Amino acid sequence: MLKYALIPFLPLAAFVFNGLLGRWLKQRAHWPPIIAVLASFALAVSALFDVMGGHTFAAPLYSWITSGTFDIHVGFKVDQLTAVMLIVVTTVSSLVHIYSIGYMHGDKGYARFFAYLALFTFSMLMLVMADNFLQLYVFWEAVGLCSYFLIGFWYEKKSASDAAKKAFVVNRVGDFGFGLGVMLIFITFGTLNYDTVFAQVGMHAGETVSILGHTYGLFTVMALLLFTGAVGKSAQMPLHVWLPDAMEGPTPVSALIHAATMVTAGIFMVARCNPIFNQSATALEVVTWTGGITALFAATIALTQYDIKRVVAYSTISQLGYMFVACGVGAYTAGIFHLMTHAFFKGLLFLGCGSVIHALSGEQDMRNMGGLRKKIPWTFWTFMMASISISGIPPFAGFFSKDEILWKAFSSHGAGHTVYYLLAIAAFLTAFYSFRLIFMTFYGENRTDPHAAHHIHESPKVITVPLFILAVLSVIAGFVGVPEVLGGSNGFHGFMSSVFGGGHEAVAEATEGASHGLELGMMGVSVLIGLGGIGLAVYMYILRPELPGKVARASYAVHDLLYRKYYVDEIYDALFVNSIKQSSTHFFWKFVDVGIIDGFVNAVASMVDAASRVLRRLQSGYYHHYAFGMVFGVFVIVGIFLFVK
Amino acid sequence: MVPLSWYMALSAAVFCIGVVGVLTRRNIIIIFLSIELILNSVNISLVAFSHFMNSMRGQVFVFFIMAVAAAEAAIGLAIIIAMYRNKETLSTTEINLMKW
Repeated sequence: MLKYALIPFLPLAAFVFNGLLGRWLKQRAHWPPIIAVLASFALAVSALFDVMGGHTFAAPLYSWITSGTFDIHVGFKVDQLTAVMLIVVTTVSSLVHIYSIGYMHGDKGYARFFAYLALFTFSMLMLVMADNFLQLYVFWEAVGLCSYFLIGFWYEKKSASDAAKKAFVVNRVGDFGFGLGVMLIFITFGTLNYDTVFAQVGMHAGETVSILGHTYGLFTVMALLLFTGAVGKSAQMPLHVWLPDAMEGPTPVSALIHAATMVTAGIFMVARCNPIFNQSATALEVVTWTGGITALFAATIALTQYDIKRVVAYSTISQLGYMFVACGVGAYTAGIFHLMTHAFFKGLLFLGCGSVIHALSGEQDMRNMGGLRKKIPWTFWTFMMASISISGIPPFAGFFSKDEILWKAFSSHGAGHTVYYLLAIAAFLTAFYSFRLIFMTFYGENRTDPHAAHHIHESPKVITVPLFILAVLSVIAGFVGVPEVLGGSNGFHGFMSSVFGGGHEAVAEATEGASHGLELGMMGVSVLIGLGGIGLAVYMYILRPELPGKVARASYAVHDLLYRKYYVDEIYDALFVNSIKQSSTHFFWKFVDVGIIDGFVNAVASMVDAASRVLRRLQSGYYHHYAFGMVFGVFVIVGIFLFVK
Repeated sequence: MVPLSWYMALSAAVFCIGVVGVLTRRNIIIIFLSIELILNSVNISLVAFSHFMNSMRGQVFVFFIMAVAAAEAAIGLAIIIAMYRNKETLSTTEINLMKW
């Protein structure tokens, strides 16, 4: 018990310590969080071994709310899914903490930064270890709050504080649905405990719920409400708009929160609630389509962006889409597998971006980079590993996980099979934009500002060592899930089977029936797609460097549409932001607040004022007036007693 | 033997003189004397009742009232003197500091 409790509470202790003593710690502030997170990592590894040995853990820590039948405790559930998440979170978190020593060096908010990182790590660990929906919801919000703090870390910068607000508000939209979903679960099952809820799912199969006179399937509504939360948190269409803007935060934050951990909470949640999702074919279809469309949509935007971090941000949205497709076709294991490998290679890509930005003294525009591979070789080579991995070239980690998703989608019936083609196109684009980024940044002639070019330098060891470790993980992490058709035992599947067993078999049964030859063939296709994307990038950015400009000019309208991100921000501004601003200003502020509320308060005050003006005349200051009042009063009272009663 | 009603009439008469004095006069000293009249009218009625009811209680009250009146006279005169030093007058029409 203590061991599991310490995993999240050590970072919490570090947060409290840094929060209280930050002023005194100054540039030593990284020590408490790093020690805490490394200890959490060690305990998480130990927890993983426990789980691998078959000892899953589920116990309440303490009773939180007891009111009638409503009984909520804070508790931990450590099963296979949680163990994997614990490893992912603590690994990436530890490396990001160490990396931040170098990246944030000399920042005046150094202690604050590490305090927030520790608080985030605590919240994320509590989220994945939760054993009930309320705890999940609370820490779901808590990671959102930490994300807000860290996006707006440089709050003097208007764009950063705006981006933080945007992230928070957009997430609220999703979380509103998630909150309703949790309430529906409570109404239906009378409890919020995972194990109890999932055990009773079968008893409620086929029930309906009536909303505004229409009848819907209970589990369809429940799953879609929960999925709304996941859409917000994992930045899927149409709530993806906050994630690219979140790049205003410091780069280690982008790596930890907006690539590796927090944004994957949506996938984790869908996977955790797989018994509920499996009850509704409609909900799974929605998940599949949302993921597939987002994967392609974000990949097309990434093609035209010039900000190095934004390219990677859209890539993240796109990869999250893959994971949702996996969940949607019932291949939860594949989704979690991709979540894990993605955490490593996308964390690495972001940290690599940070290293590039660090080397160029803050430059983020790829048009002002180029030719950096000789100058920052460590960054270049690790970046290369991550890009090959994300492009799906064997035997890198990304190949195994992404190919598994593609295969499961292809071999599933219905929506998944159609969505496969979206994913295949997105895979091609992924390879293309990943290598476009590499070639624009590290190849060609140097286009940096001569001023900055002067002190381009490789980053210090605290930055390159985490890069190196993540690069190793990006290469080898896939070997835990080598598919059987390649002679592997697919240990990851076996490991996860007890969590996803039921749903997996039920929904993705077709996979078993398909021939091995077809699976190998599709594998070859996805490798070719990846190589094709890389090849096109080589052709356009190395062999014919004048070509991208020509293509952009020739297809001006398309390029502009992509470069402006399909005008989604503008559309949202016109539809929601401006209408709310207008109605707030002209109706709620100037009419309701100033006119009615203030008017009412002022009216009461002026009535009192007017009455007082008259009544204060009684206060003449002459004692005989008062004395007369007293005597007169006595006469009245005595008169009443004598003559009335 | 003087009947009780005569005492009562005297007491009421003195009381009324006191009340009218308090209400109508403007000199603080006079008002102060009027208040003493009111107190003494009460004393008269208390003593009269005490006598006619064969009880000593009323007379005990009278002693209390006399003691309180003495203390009140001392404090009241001190206040009047302090006020006279400040305002150079004893007329209540010119003393209206506690005013709106």
